[in-house]
Amino acid sequence: MSIPPQIGRGVPRADAHAKVTGAARYSAEHRPTGAVHAVLVCSRVPSGRITGIDASRALVSEGVLAVLSHLNLPRVAAQPRLIPSLAGTTAHGQSFFPMQDERIHYAGQPVAMVVADTLERAEHAAELVGVDYAEEPWTTTVDQGRDRAYEAEHIFGGFVPGRTDRGDVEAGLAEAETVLESTHRFAANHHNAIEPSAATAVWEDSKLTLYDTTQGPTATRLTVAELLGVPPSNVRVVSEFVGGSFGGKAMIWAHPTLAAMAAQHVRAPVTLALTRAQTFSNTGHREEQEHTLTLGARSDGTLTAIRYRKLSPTSHFDDWAEPSLGPAAQLYACPNFEGVYDLVRANTMTPTFMRAPGEGTGAFVIETAMDELAHELGLDPLELRLRNHADTDPETGNPWSSKGLRECYARGAELFGWHSRDPRPVQGARREGDWLLGTGMASAVYPVYSVMNPQRARARVYADGRAVVETGCSDIGTGAATVMGQVAAEALGMQSEAVTVHYGDTELPNTVAAVGSAGAGAVSAAVHTAARKLRDQLVAQALADQGSPLYGADPDEIEVRSGRMSLRGSPGTGEAYGEMLGRNMTFDAEAVGSWQPPGRDSGYGTATFGAQFAEVAVDPGLGLVRVRRMTGVFAPGRVLNRRTAHSQLMGGMLWGLGQALLEATHMEPNQGRWANPSLGEYLVPVNADTPDVQVEMLEVEDRVVNPLGVKGVGEIGQVGAAAAIANALFHATGRRFRDLPITIESVMAPA
Amino acid sequence: MRSFAYSRAADVESAVADVSADPTSEYLAGGTTEVDMLRLGVVRPRRVVDINDLPIAAIEELPDGGTRLGGLARMSDVAAHPVVRERYPMVTEALEKGASAQLRNMASMGGNLMQRVRCSYFRDGDRACNKREPGSGCAALDGVNRTHAVLGTSEHCIAAHPSDAAVALTALDAVIRLRGPEGERTVAFDDFFLLPGDAPEREHPIGHGELITAIDLPVLPVARTSHYLKVRDRESYEFALASAAVALGTEGGTVTEARIGLGGVATKPWRARRAEQALAGSEAGPEAFARAADAELADAVPRGMNGFKVELAKRTMVRALTEVAARTRGGTA
Repeated sequence: MSIPPQIGRGVPRADAHAKVTGAARYSAEHRPTGAVHAVLVCSRVPSGRITGIDASRALVSEGVLAVLSHLNLPRVAAQPRLIPSLAGTTAHGQSFFPMQDERIHYAGQPVAMVVADTLERAEHAAELVGVDYAEEPWTTTVDQGRDRAYEAEHIFGGFVPGRTDRGDVEAGLAEAETVLESTHRFAANHHNAIEPSAATAVWEDSKLTLYDTTQGPTATRLTVAELLGVPPSNVRVVSEFVGGSFGGKAMIWAHPTLAAMAAQHVRAPVTLALTRAQTFSNTGHREEQEHTLTLGARSDGTLTAIRYRKLSPTSHFDDWAEPSLGPAAQLYACPNFEGVYDLVRANTMTPTFMRAPGEGTGAFVIETAMDELAHELGLDPLELRLRNHADTDPETGNPWSSKGLRECYARGAELFGWHSRDPRPVQGARREGDWLLGTGMASAVYPVYSVMNPQRARARVYADGRAVVETGCSDIGTGAATVMGQVAAEALGMQSEAVTVHYGDTELPNTVAAVGSAGAGAVSAAVHTAARKLRDQLVAQALADQGSPLYGADPDEIEVRSGRMSLRGSPGTGEAYGEMLGRNMTFDAEAVGSWQPPGRDSGYGTATFGAQFAEVAVDPGLGLVRVRRMTGVFAPGRVLNRRTAHSQLMGGMLWGLGQALLEATHMEPNQGRWANPSLGEYLVPVNADTPDVQVEMLEVEDRVVNPLGVKGVGEIGQVGAAAAIANALFHATGRRFRDLPITIESVMAPA
Repeated sequence: MRSFAYSRAADVESAVADVSADPTSEYLAGGTTEVDMLRLGVVRPRRVVDINDLPIAAIEELPDGGTRLGGLARMSDVAAHPVVRERYPMVTEALEKGASAQLRNMASMGGNLMQRVRCSYFRDGDRACNKREPGSGCAALDGVNRTHAVLGTSEHCIAAHPSDAAVALTALDAVIRLRGPEGERTVAFDDFFLLPGDAPEREHPIGHGELITAIDLPVLPVARTSHYLKVRDRESYEFALASAAVALGTEGGTVTEARIGLGGVATKPWRARRAEQALAGSEAGPEAFARAADAELADAVPRGMNGFKVELAKRTMVRALTEVAARTRGGTA
């Protein structure tokens, strides 16, 4: 009997049944005895100060237990400092905590919190809280602050320098035979996970349990503990089910701490769930941005220089920009590069990670510019990319830990039928009635981030033959928990179905937050180590057990299948883990595994690559764009579960479609707040917009990034997808679309 | 959310009596808009009278050959009805392009006509809106107004009427049947929707407690060749940026009768009478269609972000006319 490897199998999600039947309980659905509700009151002005808070009507409203504001909320114990959650420590989303004084920095900033016995009563009383403001001048957009822009020293929570240089861009441009300059503007975006962020806080004496909607339970624990001034060991965070995230739950925002403070105040468990509208101003966003790119190339297409400036608004307390310059810096073998991040202080909260943070916008710019360059030079766009292929990491000269981009191009082109493409980018060259057809492609790149802290997991086999693996990571809908069961099963020599994963709890061994596409690689390393250690321990026990048929055998001759240890070549000689444990009157066996990440300087360039292809139909009369099909081929290292990986990549590609054609949060120009904070007005693609999406994974071996060679699939699917669509639009219409989203009014041919 | 009383009416008489007697009460049908508005605090009734048990959900043929749609008939049932599909295809198309399948299964025809505008300034309790708070001003005039109206606007309100179905129904000259404390009456479809003028809070010429019991579709042979074209940002679950409901009759290539409604661009379901007049007797072709569209949009008032809608409305109308004209020719060839 042959047993297929557990790693890579398309095992269905372990939590699927609970999710589709409603049995899964999310953070706001935990209802401890006596639980009450808190509702936020948020500032309607973008700048100024609170001159008065009248809580009198709210306080006498039915069911109200408390109205908290800067007037009566305790001060937090520490000044928050923004640190990305990947670092594994506190993860304040911004260097600011609300309701500490009368100052208003942005519209939507929490100014008061009403606690009442039911949600409806709390909502009603929140409307009764009167807040007076002295409004002050404000800036919320690039255009309003353009003349006050400054060059950032660092961005991204201090992780990325504000300026990067290599070679000599002036010399490179002088050498160029073709120079292209383009400016691209991006609307702000919001994550809009289907589950709005929420926390339920329960105090028992000095111990706090938080049911929190988070990508990192440990990040919540450390951040909330620091703000409350309590030992982290007194804070337990449970986050079993998270209804999507996309970066909006990567950082720890104010609401879990506020829930804990409210619970302390009213001496009862408190649930604080943000409304959809509140998530727009309380869980970060992808900032509005403007990119200016200059490309220099020789007539054969070889790049000689890349100059890149990004301008975007940040908050008054942090220098944040998503690192959009990465793809232009990393994709091509160009010796001369200069990149600068310019910032504008604005009255918004600090922007944050959003799926493919930086790569999503940056790849759109470099990949549409490369398409333009190919057209200028009369080259096939794919050929231009091959001519500039980076055989080593252009930023450092280091070898790649693994790559596979050429293979992705080749396979994608084959699947998509790229080589039979009509090269003419002319309006109407290919037509079906009112629809003009075009195709386009783009490259995809996403870094493999190195996590910093040791990753831990615990594996246990029971005498009944089942196994449990425990790891603190959250599963934000990616299927991480299912996949970890497979990794453990493979290492234990068991079937995935016999392994249960416990996760999403700070009482379990600590792992990194599910961020930066790094979770699968980091957590699988710990799980695999723990499970392998347990397997070896059990085998050793059998070999030393005089009652075992394997007594005295050579450990190298033992194989384990479906939980049964046997002699290689003599499957009749052996016994199951459970048999051995039972005979020895042992209930279970356990091992803890730990993996120490190699650190940032591995001596290799580490990134995931892919190739995106799209076909669009455009009705230039009515401004309509329909994406007909998308093909994405990616090289994500080792694939742990082909079903969930496929879903991640396909979902990413559809995010790219949304970014290309729909997603935009507009600032209300006269009021300085988001104008469309609802799913009715912030448009994401629906099934009717969804084309035929073809996803293929080319596994590449990587011995550097982590023990299983997993490079992650959470974000790469989005990178380049919008560029492929915009390039297809050019092919269909002969017109360039440089700003996102590409709207009906921009596509409508001029009258 | 404020507390309110809830009751469930068993028959039309008691429903009308209950709501008429209490100025702070409102009807609740499918609830697909009303519940949103309650939660947003934009409508604040003290009492909600659920009318879902009333026997006014039927779809039936009338003795004169017309068709009666019950006020409580669900959008999905009307769209699927064979008589509607055959005689008024643009009604089916408009219904099926509205909302989402789930909403259409709940939403009633009467509620569809009574639905409130989607203007974000109307739906957000603390922004200036004359419709929600008469005299407070209109923040949309120089705000985020990409989806707002260019026809039928005033200095006091530019919110676009959101219904798709009503665009087809206005082209048909449907008749609205009302039941009030005083008894029954009918209102012509176009008269049922008021322009905002200087009183945008008043949307319909009806008294408190009057209930839509039915919508009557007249006999209109030309409607058998009709089409609803909707242009929107995404392919489902989104309101029109521009739409056109068009029925066209031709004889020997000449337009004998044209019925045109426009949606997404006007403050009410817009009957394009100027375009209809321009088309009557013209040769059914691109020139006449373009002339008709120009005539209809001549008085359009674009503002800020919605300037493209003037041209988009014209193109949408022309495209729909072109499509139906092709079918007309196909039918007579």
